[in-house]
Amino acid sequence: MKQETKSPAGQENVCLQQDINTKDIRRIVEIHNNRPGRLLAILGDIQSIYTYLPEESLRIVADETGCSLVDIYGVATFYSSFSMRPRGKHLVCACLGTACHVRKGAMIAEELERQLGIKAGQTTPDREFTLETVNCLGACAIGPIVTVDGHYFSKVDTSKVKHILEKARTEMLQDDESLAAASDK
Amino acid sequence: MVNLVINGLHVSVERGTTLLEAAKFLGFPIPTLCHIDGLSPYGACRLCVVEIGEDSNAKLVSSCTYPAEEGLKVRTASSRVLRARKMILELLLASCPQSKVIQDLASAHGIRQQRFKQEHDDCILCGLCVRMCEEQMMAKAIGFRNRGQKRTIGTPFDIKSEVCRLCGGCMYVCPACQLRCTYNEPEKAICGGCANLTPPCVEKEQFDDMMCYMDPCVACEIKKD
Amino acid sequence: MDKMESIEQFKTFRKKRLGKRDSVIATIVVPAGTCGRASGAGRIIHIIEQELAGKNLIGKIAMRVTGCHGFCEMEPSLLIEPENTFYPKVDPYKIPSIIEAVVRREVLEELLLKDPHTGRPLARQDELPFYSKQVRTILSRNERIDPVSIESYIDDGGYSATVRVFEKAEPKWIVSEVKASGLRGRGGAGFPTGLKWEMFASQPNGRGKYLVCNADEGDPGAYMDRSVLEGNPHGIIEGMIIGAYGTGATEGILYVRNEYPLAIKNFDIALQQARQSGLLGKNILGTDFSFDITIVRGAGAFVCGEETAMIHSIEGKMGEPRQRPPFPIQKGIKGRPTAINNVETWANIPVIIEDGAHAFSSTGTKNNCGTKIFSLVGKIRNTGLVEVPMGISIKEIIDDIGGGPSGKARIKAVQTGGPSGGCIPADKFDIPIDYDSLTKVGSIMGSGGMIVMDENTCMVDIAKYFMNFLKDESCGKCFTCRKGIQRMYEILDDISKGRGTLEQLDLLDELAVVVKDTSMCGLGQTASNPVLSTLRYFRDEYIEHVAKKHCPAGVCRELISYLINENCTGCRACVKVCPVGAITGLKKERHTIDTVKCIKCGACRSTCKFEAVDV
Repeated sequence: MKQETKSPAGQENVCLQQDINTKDIRRIVEIHNNRPGRLLAILGDIQSIYTYLPEESLRIVADETGCSLVDIYGVATFYSSFSMRPRGKHLVCACLGTACHVRKGAMIAEELERQLGIKAGQTTPDREFTLETVNCLGACAIGPIVTVDGHYFSKVDTSKVKHILEKARTEMLQDDESLAAASDK
Repeated sequence: MVNLVINGLHVSVERGTTLLEAAKFLGFPIPTLCHIDGLSPYGACRLCVVEIGEDSNAKLVSSCTYPAEEGLKVRTASSRVLRARKMILELLLASCPQSKVIQDLASAHGIRQQRFKQEHDDCILCGLCVRMCEEQMMAKAIGFRNRGQKRTIGTPFDIKSEVCRLCGGCMYVCPACQLRCTYNEPEKAICGGCANLTPPCVEKEQFDDMMCYMDPCVACEIKKD
Repeated sequence: MDKMESIEQFKTFRKKRLGKRDSVIATIVVPAGTCGRASGAGRIIHIIEQELAGKNLIGKIAMRVTGCHGFCEMEPSLLIEPENTFYPKVDPYKIPSIIEAVVRREVLEELLLKDPHTGRPLARQDELPFYSKQVRTILSRNERIDPVSIESYIDDGGYSATVRVFEKAEPKWIVSEVKASGLRGRGGAGFPTGLKWEMFASQPNGRGKYLVCNADEGDPGAYMDRSVLEGNPHGIIEGMIIGAYGTGATEGILYVRNEYPLAIKNFDIALQQARQSGLLGKNILGTDFSFDITIVRGAGAFVCGEETAMIHSIEGKMGEPRQRPPFPIQKGIKGRPTAINNVETWANIPVIIEDGAHAFSSTGTKNNCGTKIFSLVGKIRNTGLVEVPMGISIKEIIDDIGGGPSGKARIKAVQTGGPSGGCIPADKFDIPIDYDSLTKVGSIMGSGGMIVMDENTCMVDIAKYFMNFLKDESCGKCFTCRKGIQRMYEILDDISKGRGTLEQLDLLDELAVVVKDTSMCGLGQTASNPVLSTLRYFRDEYIEHVAKKHCPAGVCRELISYLINENCTGCRACVKVCPVGAITGLKKERHTIDTVKCIKCGACRSTCKFEAVDV
């Protein structure tokens, strides 16, 4: 039984104590009719507000649904899309699917790690970027794929990574025009 | 009543009986690790696998969880089963060599070596502690977290549990941490089959309360040859 | 659209729409699924809208935004109806001239794809080699309809199968038709759907009975289900309505993975439209049959594609599989009978009811009827989704439809079935694609991923990649699955880094067999397939890694080094792209790579125009 938490170095400063609005959490649970079967949806809704699942929110959910905290914590940690740590402003996902891998997708992920200075699963100290890897985003024909905040960049190679991150920083990700321009370069 | 055939012998059992219970009834030994009477079966360790079915439909299932079915043909020690058990024990030794329970099982099956990179885990994730805490002690203070290679057992958020009553039940049932091989008690030592593993005298930093009881150490003697 | 309270109302509505006069002379169809949008389809749509408005063409030329058509390599593409002209890789600046050509009913030849052998420009989509051998029963609908318009679906004949089923009012007939069609589950295992439904139908529904659409397409490299969900959500809804009517199911669930936001959005819109029209909910079309569908989103777990794991996930628990028996059709969600089918299986149901079981079973081969959609990706020229009759050979897909290798390297293998499947070597490409043949060669059909690999793909690396994937996706309950996959990965890692021994190869074999035998669920039971199939067919590559410490494909980084040869012209293109600054050299002089700094990313090799970088 492991009692100590292993946290990657440099991440402690990112774990802030966030103010959790109890009413919000209760409302979310109510929207899903207090049904334990809707736990995944409840956690998903909480994460869309706070960018992660704060400890306090899970305790409230346990109280409201009647599920044990052990079970809720188990579910929260089982699924990859839930994060127990706050995420940065921009979520960068590198696809590690087989088709992308065959086209050197792993190199793209490494290049992103190098340029952001963090490992996959971590958030930059300035809380701008969180880097994740995903096992297939489902756009396999035009891989390797990188998404930033849900916007897809296709046929990426290591030379385009810098450009993608710059685009993310300046938040020009609303329309497809910039996407097409990035892919054409 | 359900009628089935185990190792060629016909037996009739009540509906709901598992293959493990039925085999025990007939006196066929099946090794187990994550099973204990009094707690619900889990089927995690896979050591209790038996072969069911015939020809191309034959497959291995964990006998502790599989319910007896009408007309089922079961073999508790076919070559496929034995091959599986041996490999599972090698994997167990490779993860948790200091557990006496695992060493005894390995020795009983004639495992003299393990060919993987040696690890020293405290836990094989058999889930006995989780089930003990939930079913016997009604506390549910610990549970499984994460998944795959990262799966562990612990309290939520790894902090002191509010519902844990410090009963020690989890440690009592644990095959890995409670029942370490006690080399300094000759009566409890196993046959010396651990000689091919890394001798504890070399690994002293890992487990410094482990003492070699033999003088000179048989492990060192054998390794010298 | 108003709520329809009877079958008659539906028929009247449909007739009215068919009778409508259309002044449109041509329609520009824009495939805008996730791939299309990522390739710039959004911009294209915007420009077309502006052009049509600006040139006063609204009403004469229509634009239809659809889901994925399948030829993803060529996106953003345009399809012009009714001639079926296909414009590949459309340059946004060329759109005004394309529209002018459409008005004149002409074709811009310089923008078309050329025949790979004769060089002749090919105007019509069905002339393209990519489409010629396909039988696009399901995918063709993606071209013809607007996914978020129920009217568009009804115009194309949608929901007619439902009406037919209600009029016949014989639920047993549905099950027998599906059985007669020979449809097998398209999710991977290929269990006969009709048989599953027959057993499911006989279960009592007093406490409720569930139908689930498995859209947790987790296989990396497979995205067929996404395209069908995005492009034709009503097709799935209709399939489920028919299935529910035939088996007595009371509730429907779509379990869809979180990574498919467009599919979720479109399906949600379609559900609302179906409810508003009276096709879902209480007393559908005035009958006493009630049925509705809820969307349940996954949360990033590949294992939840397994039936029992999915059931647990829907119940709000960890996605841990459980032993069977009892089977889901006996005891599933909350202990009630549950039948789970894949998206593509559902998409085939309206087709079977509409065209008849006999027509369906005449495509394909005996025991393997109908068509299957594959995602043809990797080192192939024409990447995309292809729908082919069962029984077609791998060779025909690779050469005729796929157009051969994407680069100069020869195609070496094809990987099917995702992490549960295996690699099929090139000398076996003449086998037919069906459930049984693929299993015989050591792979599986799986959900339809087909990843093409060439000589620059290292098979040891591929096996290692899959083990890396599975060791994090395994739920971790079964000791042999969790530890076994981890140890297989360790050994493959050793081999790929030059630390492997021949004894380890034997150990790998032994271990893989035991993991396959002793795991409780499908994930563990098939986890060994990539290892076993690559050991079976590409053992020489393994031996070369072990004995000669050499990676013949030039992939395993510890075993290769990059060198610049005499072809180098000193253009410094590689210096600019090197992420670690390992290349030095003066202009016009041959450069050198610092092998210590070099991380072997391959950027220099892909940038160099003179083939000056050797591995």
